[in-house]
Amino acid sequence: MGRYVARRLLQMIPVFIGTTLLIFLMVNALPGDPVKALWGDKPPDPAQVAQIKHDRGLDLPLWEQYLHYMKGLFQGDFGNTIAGNRPILDEITQAFPVSMRLAAMAWTFELVVGITLGVIAGVRRGRIIDTTVTFFTLIVISVPIFVFGLGFQLIFGNELGWVKPTVQDSESFQQLMLPALVLGLVGLAYVARLTRTSIKENRSADYIRTAVAKGLPRRRIISRHLLRNSLIPVVTYLGTDIGALMGGAVITEGIFNVSGVGNLLYLGISRREGAVIVGIVTVLVIVYLLASLLVDLLYAVLDPRIRYA
Amino acid sequence: MPDLMKSPAADEPEVALAPPSGKAAEAGEVGGARSLWGDAWRDLRRRPLFVISGLLILLVLLVSAFPGLFTSADPGSGDLTNNFLGSPQLGHFFQDDWFGYDRQGRSIYARVVFGARNSVMVGLGVTLLVTVFGGLVGMLAGYFGGFWDSLLSRITDVFFGIPFLLGAMVVLNAFTDRDVWVITGALAFLGWTQIARVMRGAVITTKHADYVMAAKALGAGTKRILFRHVLPNAVAPVIVVATIALGTYIVAESTLSYLGLGFASDAVSWGADISDATQDIRNNPHTLIFPAGMLSITVLAFIMLGDAVREALDPKLR
Amino acid sequence: MTIIDKPADVPAPRSGGEKSGRLLDVKDLHVEFHTRDGVVKAVNGVNYSVDAGETLAVLGESGSGKSVTAQAIMGILDMPPGKIPQGEIVFRGQDMLKMSNEERRKVRGRKIAMIFQDALSSLNPVLSVGYQLGEMFRVHEGMSRKQSKAKAVELMDRVKIPAAKERVNDYPHQFSGGMRQRIMIAMALALEPDLIIADEPTTALDVTVQAQVMDLLAELQREYNMGLILITHDLGVVADVADKIAVMYAGRIVETAPVHELYKRPAHPYTRGLLDSIPRLDQKGSELYAIKGLPPNLLKIPSGCAFNPRCPKAQDICRTEVPPLVPVTERDGTDLAGRGSACHFWKETIHG
Repeated sequence: MGRYVARRLLQMIPVFIGTTLLIFLMVNALPGDPVKALWGDKPPDPAQVAQIKHDRGLDLPLWEQYLHYMKGLFQGDFGNTIAGNRPILDEITQAFPVSMRLAAMAWTFELVVGITLGVIAGVRRGRIIDTTVTFFTLIVISVPIFVFGLGFQLIFGNELGWVKPTVQDSESFQQLMLPALVLGLVGLAYVARLTRTSIKENRSADYIRTAVAKGLPRRRIISRHLLRNSLIPVVTYLGTDIGALMGGAVITEGIFNVSGVGNLLYLGISRREGAVIVGIVTVLVIVYLLASLLVDLLYAVLDPRIRYA
Repeated sequence: MPDLMKSPAADEPEVALAPPSGKAAEAGEVGGARSLWGDAWRDLRRRPLFVISGLLILLVLLVSAFPGLFTSADPGSGDLTNNFLGSPQLGHFFQDDWFGYDRQGRSIYARVVFGARNSVMVGLGVTLLVTVFGGLVGMLAGYFGGFWDSLLSRITDVFFGIPFLLGAMVVLNAFTDRDVWVITGALAFLGWTQIARVMRGAVITTKHADYVMAAKALGAGTKRILFRHVLPNAVAPVIVVATIALGTYIVAESTLSYLGLGFASDAVSWGADISDATQDIRNNPHTLIFPAGMLSITVLAFIMLGDAVREALDPKLR
Repeated sequence: MTIIDKPADVPAPRSGGEKSGRLLDVKDLHVEFHTRDGVVKAVNGVNYSVDAGETLAVLGESGSGKSVTAQAIMGILDMPPGKIPQGEIVFRGQDMLKMSNEERRKVRGRKIAMIFQDALSSLNPVLSVGYQLGEMFRVHEGMSRKQSKAKAVELMDRVKIPAAKERVNDYPHQFSGGMRQRIMIAMALALEPDLIIADEPTTALDVTVQAQVMDLLAELQREYNMGLILITHDLGVVADVADKIAVMYAGRIVETAPVHELYKRPAHPYTRGLLDSIPRLDQKGSELYAIKGLPPNLLKIPSGCAFNPRCPKAQDICRTEVPPLVPVTERDGTDLAGRGSACHFWKETIHG
């Protein structure tokens, strides 16, 4: 077990380096210039541009820039923003707790509602409730999420007045409810679909037939025998989704004016602040890698047939 | 796509089953090819879901190919006197004012018709690219195993680690004149990992099947085994995932448009129209409803098609 | 059919004198499956009965309806697509097909238990065997977790699993095939049911282990005086343990007989074919006999006697008229207890 974890952690190193390098290259090798962008529509002063670039090491070859960047990273230095010259680490540490809170709410929502809907649909296969749930999940996946976001904001925020249309206080559980619902909506649909398929596949398994032959009540068959086996693929999804929800709420955070990581990313991309994007992605990759390790370990708990050597 | 991290449909069952401990092998269990597809086809023809989604897709393809057949109005120029004029005239089938007019007085019906092509091309193009490239990577990794598997799988992991939409945003932000090719390329660049993983799992399962062993024992060469025996049997789960993913790529394009990173502003596309319409959602919801509805129906059709094929191919789900 | 008289002074273990007499009566049972390709008629009018302490072997090829009948008795058929259009399953005088779901559930496991063929897939892979065994006591007898665990160990001891106490928390995949099948048996025995249905209990096992498992099952059956329905396609397994045999073909019983008489003098060409296809050491060198043709397609059962396309004795009447299961007698008309054959030419078969 310990050895397995150690090996997995070692395997993560090349992936971590590869991913950060890839995003670094994507940010820096593509056309466009963040320094010139400081001047907006006005013609930039070439001398000043060169000076800023030199100060930031932006005139070095890309690989050297990457090495510098990684070196700084290990010392906790994420670099400074080009516009405003603020430490990026400060911006990230400010934004992360907000996104984390939002993500935790959305994730809980996915888990509870998604699994419940999936189980109901899977157990009552072919009935009206199954069709309804399936249809609902399909709609959620097919409609762009910003349409839902704007629609819910309009209906629940502006028209009905149940909630504030935008988030004023990012610590307020109540205000984060609607954004979290929108953020978790697609994940919820996938969790429900996954659970349903898994339940459907498992319910014709031999051990379910045995459980019926044992004279167990239906509830027990579902909760003890069917669910446990069916949740294994769902756990994988939910695990990798933790990171996804945390970093990726660009749309939701934009619509509801939440100043989290997603907003930071959006600003970073539109201002071509490479260091901001790479910094956030670095943190997200770490979260993602750790989450998938956690999922693997959870597998062994759920399925005793899996042994880690 | 609410979340930048999520690669569209990365979360379909096949994939979710994949990651740890050779479980991937179970993901795409497939029996004999010909009888399997024959059975599936007989099963599919009787599924209303399949028939409806198939017909819808054919219709959308027809509209994309020959928009002129469906409307004579010009989607690009509007008469400003028609600005938001009149709510949709739902009785006026196929006429310019069927879906009403937008802010600039352009016929929404004409825009919906002419916008289909860009969205559909992005969907088809990305799917084609990721299926060919991801399929190739997955097949090589799965079939040859060992060093090649480790290498290709790590590369796949690297790309998988980059949040799909976030990556697409970074790439697209670098281009000012974003057309079908740029958008397709950007999405495919980040989206191929999903197919690669599914293909790898399916190939590993098939590789150990008795009939492949038998072919080997009879002295068939690698190429023959790969293309005659392994590929036809491993391709089923890939087709399912690709069909569903096609829909989600279309959604991704519209989301990018909403963020201002989709098609250039003079292009006619559903995504651009939907994000345009979000400004008028309050007073003129019809400007949003029609393009969003068309896009959603198209996406829905592809996902339903994928679902139907999946169920037809998997006897456990029948 | 056979009535085994029990001396009144033989104490039936635990549950007192209740465990005697007629346990199960299956009457004119029909089962069909509605599929996309049509209606599969899996069982077409089966009659059989089992008494306490008696072993009935149901013999047949795959697709003969032997397992479907058992599943119908157990109430574990998938309905739909399964359907029971006709028939009765009388257990201790009560027709189970008329019971409510809840009543049937209470019979399952407690009064009638089942042992399945493939213990590996039939046991839940993610729950410990101790949990799965103990579940019987927790659900049916309301025992606590601790009590039920102790009971599970006891049961594992009884089916002779070594080091039961240490292994009670192990998972199914950690046991060998034979041990897993013992766990299945232990699970079926847990509540000392009146009747056990064993569906090919040894088919998936190594030949060396088969005999051990079969002996264990027979021994426990005697100990508890249970009725046993043994479903198999293996004539060798049957000879030692069964009291009587019912041979099934295409969803019907084609012959019934006390076990040894069937071996000596089969009264149906199908049974004869089955017996002739057993390899025998004393016929070394001669060609092995096989029944020609394939088992019937249950979507389209041949008219008349379902066996007619494969029967060496088939005449015109066999193609038009379904032979009923009639009592078989000696040449002079004396009754042969418990014997019956569904062949137009049973006389020629048994006496010819």
